Amino acid sequence: METIKDIQAGIIEDFEMFDDWMQKYEYLIDLGKELAPIEEKYKIEDNLIKGCQSRVWLHAEKQDDKIIYTADSDAIMTKGIIAILINVLSNQKATEIISADLRFIEAIGLKEQLSATRANGLVSMIKKMKLYALGLKNK
Amino acid sequence: MFDVNKIREQFPLLKRKVNDKDLVYFDNGATTQKPQSVIDAVSNYYQEENANVHRGVHFLSGLATDKFEATRNTIQQFIGAKHNHEIIFTKGTTDSINLVANGFRSLLKKGDEIIISGLEHHSNIVPWQMCCELSGATLKVIPLLDNGSLAMENFNNLLSKNTKLVAVSHISNTLGTINPIEEIIEKSHSFGAKVLIDGAQAAAHICLNMQELDADFYCFSAHKMYGPTAVGVLYGKEEILNLLPPYQGGGEMIKEVSFEKTTYASLPYKFEAGTPNIAGVIAFKSAIDFIRELGVENISKYEDELLQYATSEILKIEGIKIYGTSKNKSGIISFNVEGLHPYDIGTIVDKMGIAIRTGHHCTQPIMKRYNIPGTVRISLAVYNTKTEIDICISAIKKAQEMLS
Repeated sequence: METIKDIQAGIIEDFEMFDDWMQKYEYLIDLGKELAPIEEKYKIEDNLIKGCQSRVWLHAEKQDDKIIYTADSDAIMTKGIIAILINVLSNQKATEIISADLRFIEAIGLKEQLSATRANGLVSMIKKMKLYALGLKNK
Repeated sequence: MFDVNKIREQFPLLKRKVNDKDLVYFDNGATTQKPQSVIDAVSNYYQEENANVHRGVHFLSGLATDKFEATRNTIQQFIGAKHNHEIIFTKGTTDSINLVANGFRSLLKKGDEIIISGLEHHSNIVPWQMCCELSGATLKVIPLLDNGSLAMENFNNLLSKNTKLVAVSHISNTLGTINPIEEIIEKSHSFGAKVLIDGAQAAAHICLNMQELDADFYCFSAHKMYGPTAVGVLYGKEEILNLLPPYQGGGEMIKEVSFEKTTYASLPYKFEAGTPNIAGVIAFKSAIDFIRELGVENISKYEDELLQYATSEILKIEGIKIYGTSKNKSGIISFNVEGLHPYDIGTIVDKMGIAIRTGHHCTQPIMKRYNIPGTVRISLAVYNTKTEIDICISAIKKAQEMLS
């Protein structure tokens, strides 16, 4: 199994290939389009992430000892961002998720690519994912 | 008329690059850029004139006071108010509305009604909800027609002898609709109701004359009129301002203070507690001078031409829907592109140096009315050009291409 660290290294490598913001955005858009759909029953108020300007639903469940995340958003770039986070954190152990140092965000300049409100949304997404992991840890 | 390039030269910020592209600034509904004269007036105040107003006998205090009061007189002329003490300086439109809502509360009782419209900015909704909650009055809302204009027939039905106040915007910040405020004022007055107009989106774009208009209150912000932030105006008719209790207690709003009883200063000082934004108020005069030099009629005419051009070009984009298609419109265009989220469009065109607003524009009830999460909004000012509209539209097309 790939570790969170390995996956992040892969993402950083992917982003190094891009010359400009347009390619990065196109990549995010593609990731957004490819994101596996969330089950309709999880698109509820309780699963909305606060602090995002577009609507983002995030669901987490434990399968064996791993946390599996699914998500959706009505904005495609937001979906791309959550897709990257899911690539990194989904299918990992709760303890790994809680302690994960998501250094790829800085390395690929993701925050700088986003408007301030979107960057806040990114922080909220990570927080929510870690909180889910914490809640599911001993279940 | 005027040379837009000469106007642009007066705005230093318009020369800057954003994301290595020439800035195209289409978020004027949020705030406008400032001409050099306004920037100079702010810095000159701190370099040459800084002193508190209305308080000292010394030279500088007198100078600052004279300049501060000169802005009041300029605004009085600019909006055609009867008296200069009918001009109250506030922090902005929101503050002006809150001042009235707070004071009006003491004049209301259970069973009284306040009417607002479905087009209002949250700033012209929430203060009235708070006012009603505390006074027991009821809030009524004039609904919107599909084209973003007010359902005036419903308004007629809402009006009654219980109506004490009607608060509506002159121009919708989201849809650009110019409301028939003359008619609203006349009808409201015939029922004895007072009228407050939120003029935040109008004051830099439409000729105002308070005595002709006969509004009881009119509110606007300097920063949407090429002036500094955190300065606003509450215009109110003398006799009605006198009915309202003070908003905040403190310095300069008193006549005499003792621990037993305090008496209040006369208008306008009764409502201007504490040291105001002196630099901002003084520089606001430069902003009004800038507008007056160009002429509000000329500005209206030019912006209308830009609006017509932008509307016809935007309509050429495939899958476009414009919200707010009332005949009487100001330079604000709200739209969505089929299948695309406004944030995605805004984020991509931002990278191309274009500043547009996306979201609900502090008007969530309008979004609910059209059942949409938000819109992309272009809002125009006198320094914008057709070339900028072309650049913006090709950027939107590019975003559309990337996103679909």
